[in-house]
Amino acid sequence: MTEHHPHEPFWRKYIFSVDHKVIGLQYAITAMVFLLFGFCLMLIMRWNLAYPGEIVPIVGKLLSEEGMLTPDGYNSFGAMHGTIMVFLGVVPLAVGGFGNYVLPIQIGAPDMAFPKLNMASYWSFFVGGVLMLASFFMPQGTASSGWTMYAPLSIIAETGETIWLFGMVFLITSSLLGSVNFIATVIQLRTKGLTWMRLPFFVWTQFVTAFLLLLAFPPLEAAAVFQLMDRLAGTSFFLPSGLYVGTEVLNVAGGGTPLLWQHLFWFLAHPEVYVLILPAMGIVAEVLANNTRKPLWGYRSMVYSVIFLGFMSFVVWAHHMFLTGMGTTMAAFFQTTTMIISIPSVIILSALFISLWGGSIRFNTPMLFALGFLPMFGIGGLTGLPLGLASADIHLHDTYYVIGHFHYVVAPGTIFALFAGIYYWFPKVTGKKMNERLGKIHFIGSFICMNGVFSPMFIQGLAGVSRRLYDGGTTYLHAQPVLQWNEFMTMSAIGLGLFQFFFIANLFISLAKGDKASSNEWDATTLEWAAAPSPPLPHVNFEKVPNVYHGPYEYSTNGDNGSNRDFTPQHEAVKG
Amino acid sequence: MQVPYTVKARPDTGLYNAKIGIWLFLASEVMLFGALFSSYILLRAGSTTWFVGSEELSVPIGTFNTMVLIVSSVTVVMAWASLRMNDLKKYKLYMGLTILLGLTFLVVKIMFEYLPKIEHHHIPSTHNFYAIYFVLTGLHALHVIGGLIVNAYFWGPGAKMWETDPEQFTNRIEIAGLYWHFVDIVWIFLFPTIYLL
Repeated sequence: MTEHHPHEPFWRKYIFSVDHKVIGLQYAITAMVFLLFGFCLMLIMRWNLAYPGEIVPIVGKLLSEEGMLTPDGYNSFGAMHGTIMVFLGVVPLAVGGFGNYVLPIQIGAPDMAFPKLNMASYWSFFVGGVLMLASFFMPQGTASSGWTMYAPLSIIAETGETIWLFGMVFLITSSLLGSVNFIATVIQLRTKGLTWMRLPFFVWTQFVTAFLLLLAFPPLEAAAVFQLMDRLAGTSFFLPSGLYVGTEVLNVAGGGTPLLWQHLFWFLAHPEVYVLILPAMGIVAEVLANNTRKPLWGYRSMVYSVIFLGFMSFVVWAHHMFLTGMGTTMAAFFQTTTMIISIPSVIILSALFISLWGGSIRFNTPMLFALGFLPMFGIGGLTGLPLGLASADIHLHDTYYVIGHFHYVVAPGTIFALFAGIYYWFPKVTGKKMNERLGKIHFIGSFICMNGVFSPMFIQGLAGVSRRLYDGGTTYLHAQPVLQWNEFMTMSAIGLGLFQFFFIANLFISLAKGDKASSNEWDATTLEWAAAPSPPLPHVNFEKVPNVYHGPYEYSTNGDNGSNRDFTPQHEAVKG
Repeated sequence: MQVPYTVKARPDTGLYNAKIGIWLFLASEVMLFGALFSSYILLRAGSTTWFVGSEELSVPIGTFNTMVLIVSSVTVVMAWASLRMNDLKKYKLYMGLTILLGLTFLVVKIMFEYLPKIEHHHIPSTHNFYAIYFVLTGLHALHVIGGLIVNAYFWGPGAKMWETDPEQFTNRIEIAGLYWHFVDIVWIFLFPTIYLL
């Protein structure tokens, strides 16, 4: 089977590989390193919020001569935490990592449709990531106008916004190449018998996600070009006439509008929110169906919901802009669409909840993380509703409530799902089992600490504490009654960091000394478990190309083909 | 095992992989230029001092370049059709013509439009009309250059594939042609929007 690639040199096999599995792992490892790095940035920020102006332990000397985080440093860290977590951490892990590794095997394909583009996609991502990291060491420093890079602040800033924009161009290229590849792969390379309604839900979520990436990123590319022109060529796309900087009018032609940037940015960044969450839903669906040992409840309505959600995510972007003065007519339109988009999300989440009913649930580590995802994502989603209503948003906008809301979606939501995915597919990737005891400690610790970090944000936000304060609000009278939560949240964040050591240790210990896993460790029905060895063969995945005869979740089918198992793999025809 | 459907079409979708790939890529390009055109509309609607395109830019040069690109779209189809009729010589002729027309477009654009404008200090920083003019036509020109490089490769060293795998080579020309048409269509929207209105 490997005759086309007989003696691959090291660099071809592990570095510039065209094998989707190697590329998936490259994506996943890089993304996990970025996630850890972005988390550390946040730990330093949180330290300063709890103990403003005090010396930061351990890394203080790197930050400033006095050992504290400076206000400018805080702004940079804030901007880079958001950028790194979204563009270099979660999306590359969820789409680049899991999508690349799992999707082709789940549809019975030997590789992605365009293996070389796949490699180019990873390396473009890598260059973008290096540029972002390099900006920490450049004389101007990193970008510091928030991950949203709002104009005109980002244009008049003398910090590293230019390098941020160049980095983004590489990341956009990477996601373009990746999304073309994913869509073409799903449409063209489904194996024989794998009809659309037999696709695992994970494949559906990746498919819709790829469309979002394909169509939402180009407007940001246009916006990045405009902003680069504003910064480098002196144009005024986002600069209005008569803009005061300090006490002087900025010497530019003017005539532009900062709102244009916000529209173009959020046209990407709202679908991006669904790019963050859809693959997570897909992973959770796989893990839930497998560990409840019964079919997903409402598979079809989930599929239709995810498609509808994809469409709707393109027409809700301006709900991030209720306070910009864009007008009540616009606000009315966008709050209506925002209320509508909550319907498919609720359908998917309800279907996942109902899937639990009557199942004989196996509480292994991946399942715990998947179960943790459900209420956490529920809290994240429901707290978003007041933000989608223009009148409530006037009070809540730019407070910690917003931070609490979207972190509940992305951190204990998506990241829990990603952990579930890592614990679930680790035996497939390495052929080794992960340690259950360490995994459970990791889950329980993370679950408690995540809530400790993010739930007080709702309290602070409702009290009106702004999200952008370097000192956490010590100088504001209205923040005084809720100020004590800052220390609690910081301690929780440190605890959260400590519990991740159980995960990191687990990865390495299991890799080195883990028990051997069987090829279908979880008794799953989908092709990556049922039809491929662990780990799957290089370049071809399967010993024999599987044909598909069933839907993806044929669990509780006791004793078919004279067996005593409770599931029917997708590629096995049932006789009689 | 090779990735299936790289050359032959998949029966139920009727497409080979690259064809679906290029259409998806073009869809994303539509979003890119869609965003650029939308920005143009927004900037113009919000401006009190917008210029009239036909008074600032040379309509005859723009018309000439429009014709050049339309003809090149025809020749690129002829190039593909020649391959379908197994005529490599004619392919070389038509692809060569396409490349020449593309080069003509660029030379005219740079020599008779960009350079004189820069000489007259009609540069992007002076007014948003020129800013959007340079960004829109500049990005379009980059797309033309990209297409030229690909076409030149298929006209020169890439054409060796005709000997080993004529079907895949024909597919490649079809893909390159689809892209070239897109570049042409963008210009057809660009010309009236910027030059005439």
